[in-house]
Amino acid sequence: MSQSYNRGLIEDFGRWREFTAGMWAWILHKFTGWVLIGYLFTHIAVLSTALSGANAYTNTLQGLESLLLVRVMEVGLLAVAVFHILNGVRLLFVDLGVGLEAQDKSFYASLVVTAVIVLASIPTFLEGAF
Amino acid sequence: MAERYSSFSSGSLPWFLQRVTAAFLVVVLAFHFFLLHFVNHASEVTFAQTTARMEEWGYLLTMVLFLLTATFHGVNGVYAALLNQGLTGTKKRVVQVVLAVAALALAAQGTYVALVMSGVM
Repeated sequence: MSQSYNRGLIEDFGRWREFTAGMWAWILHKFTGWVLIGYLFTHIAVLSTALSGANAYTNTLQGLESLLLVRVMEVGLLAVAVFHILNGVRLLFVDLGVGLEAQDKSFYASLVVTAVIVLASIPTFLEGAF
Repeated sequence: MAERYSSFSSGSLPWFLQRVTAAFLVVVLAFHFFLLHFVNHASEVTFAQTTARMEEWGYLLTMVLFLLTATFHGVNGVYAALLNQGLTGTKKRVVQVVLAVAALALAAQGTYVALVMSGVM
């Protein structure tokens, strides 16, 4: 027997206390998506220094990488990208009708695996930054 | 059956392409991060290393496809999110034009940079 119920508008952020796991997954997927597309524009702008020659490119990249703030933001970018990837895979399965009943558990799993990958990557990302 | 909630009208072409590009991007984005932060370190990247990678036609093709699919997926995602906020009428048309111009500019600039890096241009 099919069931449906009205959870109300997710865009009504004022009622965030009532949000379910799936609604938080939705919001986090949107937020990480906005960050990633914003970063893509920035990334291409930085890589465009290659048009000014080899030295401009190498100096720009290595100059940015010498800043601790940039290294920390890269860890943030990794967190955003890993969550978007894992939750994206979760969404593809949900779209195929696989694991729909466990969609809340797979969201929690996405968060845990993201945290583990990001924490394990911090030493590599901050190497030589201090 | 639990209720589904999607930004897209299910079954439309943008809905389908969003998922096709997602499947490709999951793999290539993970590869990109792994190659440039773990195999190579971002802090040690030089122009010579970048051009050496981009001169491989398979790598160049992958990166250009990565750019084009990421641009589509990202801009289409932004558009869907804005539609969800109730965008209609003239505002919707303005957003369509702005996003289309931004996407084309990003794709064109990125492809140009890739071709310069690979030595094609």
